[in-house]
Amino acid sequence: MNSSLVDLLPPLLIVAPILAATLPIALGLRFDRTGWSVAAITTGALFAAAGYLASAVHAGGRVTHTLGGYPRTYGIQLVADQFSILIVLLVTGVATGVLAYTRRGGPRGNTFYTAYLLLVGGLLGISLTGDVFNLFVFLEISSLATYALVASGDGPESAVAALKYLILGTVAASMYLIGVAFVFMATGTLNMVELAEAIPNAERQTLIQAGFAFIVVGFATKVAQWPLHTWQPSAYEQAPDGATPLIAALVSTASAYAFGRLIVTVFEVDYLASMPRAASIVLTVGCVSVLAGTVLAVIQREVKRMLAYSSVSQFGLVIAAYGVVIAGGSETAFTGAAIHLVGHGILKAGLFLSAAIVATSYGARTVDEYAGLAKRRPVVAGAMAVLLFALVGVPPAVGFVGKWYIALGAVEAELWPVAAVIFLSTMLTLAYAARLLEKMYFTPAAGAASARGHGPSTVATDGGEQSDGERGSDGGDESAAEGREDRASDDGAVETPLAAGVSYDPTGGPGRDGPGRSPDPVSSGMVAVVVVAALVAVALGFAGGAFADFLEPFLTEVFN
Amino acid sequence: MIDLLASRYTYVLMFVLLGIGIYMAIASENLVKKLIGVNLFQTAIFLFFVSMAYIDADGASAPIVPHHGEPGEVMVASPLPQVIVLTAIVVGIALTAVGLALIIRIYSEYGTLREDTLREVRADE
Repeated sequence: MNSSLVDLLPPLLIVAPILAATLPIALGLRFDRTGWSVAAITTGALFAAAGYLASAVHAGGRVTHTLGGYPRTYGIQLVADQFSILIVLLVTGVATGVLAYTRRGGPRGNTFYTAYLLLVGGLLGISLTGDVFNLFVFLEISSLATYALVASGDGPESAVAALKYLILGTVAASMYLIGVAFVFMATGTLNMVELAEAIPNAERQTLIQAGFAFIVVGFATKVAQWPLHTWQPSAYEQAPDGATPLIAALVSTASAYAFGRLIVTVFEVDYLASMPRAASIVLTVGCVSVLAGTVLAVIQREVKRMLAYSSVSQFGLVIAAYGVVIAGGSETAFTGAAIHLVGHGILKAGLFLSAAIVATSYGARTVDEYAGLAKRRPVVAGAMAVLLFALVGVPPAVGFVGKWYIALGAVEAELWPVAAVIFLSTMLTLAYAARLLEKMYFTPAAGAASARGHGPSTVATDGGEQSDGERGSDGGDESAAEGREDRASDDGAVETPLAAGVSYDPTGGPGRDGPGRSPDPVSSGMVAVVVVAALVAVALGFAGGAFADFLEPFLTEVFN
Repeated sequence: MIDLLASRYTYVLMFVLLGIGIYMAIASENLVKKLIGVNLFQTAIFLFFVSMAYIDADGASAPIVPHHGEPGEVMVASPLPQVIVLTAIVVGIALTAVGLALIIRIYSEYGTLREDTLREVRADE
């Protein structure tokens, strides 16, 4: 393998999307819709490059690049090792998948794809940087892109959500920066490897402890841990349907990764274990979030909001696993955290994509409106069911493997409360997952008629030009059910609007499919993305051992 | 104690600024003032970085190549924190710009800059 080429990949992975982000706007001056093509080419290439880099890391260990040739004492280093390459693969993979969805699902427009590429560049930067200050810069780049994406949602509510996110996110990143300042003050270096050597030998230990405290608060906000999660549900809910999967799957995941990186590489487990109360604080934050997040998710009515609160609890699991790592030096728990980060990213991307498909085709956004979905869209409902079961932690899906390793680590470290919390949260996760499943599979669709008038895309059908045996919305409920059964058979093919009032405007989008034929807002490609996400979630469940093997060299290094 | 305050008065100043900034961000009902508070909060951290560069070098000059004197004779502050603060300032400006753009959008949609009024308007809808 050409080593010089591999050395160049880490900077290229960061620079390419950021440079490409300028293209949609620049080309947009001449051409109308180039954004998607540019983004597709870039993220596709990034995914391929990430795969190549992963194979190089797997074969030869860590790949480092020293930017500008400055020594790492004051320069910036980019590092791809086993832990970071997992997140790089997740970021590029999910970005490619979500992009495939946005081809038909939207949002469209060149500026959207600019923000999209900036976000991907920032997230890859978070994953690959080996410098704690550089980490702050990339955190802020990806946050800025996220604020823009959230604000691009329909309606003024999204601006309010984005501003709330901006203020909390900025304060959180600043907290992290204070922590970095304290640690820098005590050690005089910003490089992660140098810090790992300097921190235990530093004279002023109080500074480092204060620094770690600030870093914990900063990341607890960025990762959306209770009670600092308040920005997250409204941000996820108000972001455009096509952007939420990306934000939910990646932004907090990258922050959680960065926190784990700081724990194992910078502060190092042995040092943190000797720091008073560090372990118990991280453990408490994680466990409380697990319980608070699931309880809050159970009482939500909106599907997107429910999934958002579910993220609070799932990231709580990861943070709790970090607590186990600090308290017990448990490699198993760390493997579990890494698997859960990747698995949760894929699960949330799939779930939010399914929610987006349902919202696009029926305008259904609350749990009640999902009634009878399995009849109308069996493929999407099936994929969603698989993803929900994976989220609960039913074997063999990936959600189970992550939880299993974390729980095993907790038991090994004799932290029984953590194991109990994981068990309890699984029950509660089942509570909200089962509620959605029950609506989709066992509640008749007639209940959906009560959903009349919900959702921003709702337009009452006027019974106008509909050539394929469809009637207008003025029919009764019986005939509506009849029409629905007709359509139950052709999922994935032309989907005509639901007659029960929640429907897509049949006269909208003229010209694309010819007059008189309602354009299908959901293409088979969009459905395929969700199905692939569900399949990957199950397939990765079988790969738990492979994950552990892949991480093995990294683990032996950081845990000695 | 007095000595410490006299020699490290910049740190005290920074944390007073930090407190004022975070208080404004939390307590002010006006969205623009909130954003100014966040800005103040960030700026305090930037100043902290700058003053920290002089930490072990009392009486050090700014980190620029001196006109006179041999290398090694003149005590200069560490250039690294000062350089990285430059990046952080750029990030802060970008954040302020995005925040102000969002505030303009909120104002044009709801016709108010106050958070309490905004809450009422949104509750009515």
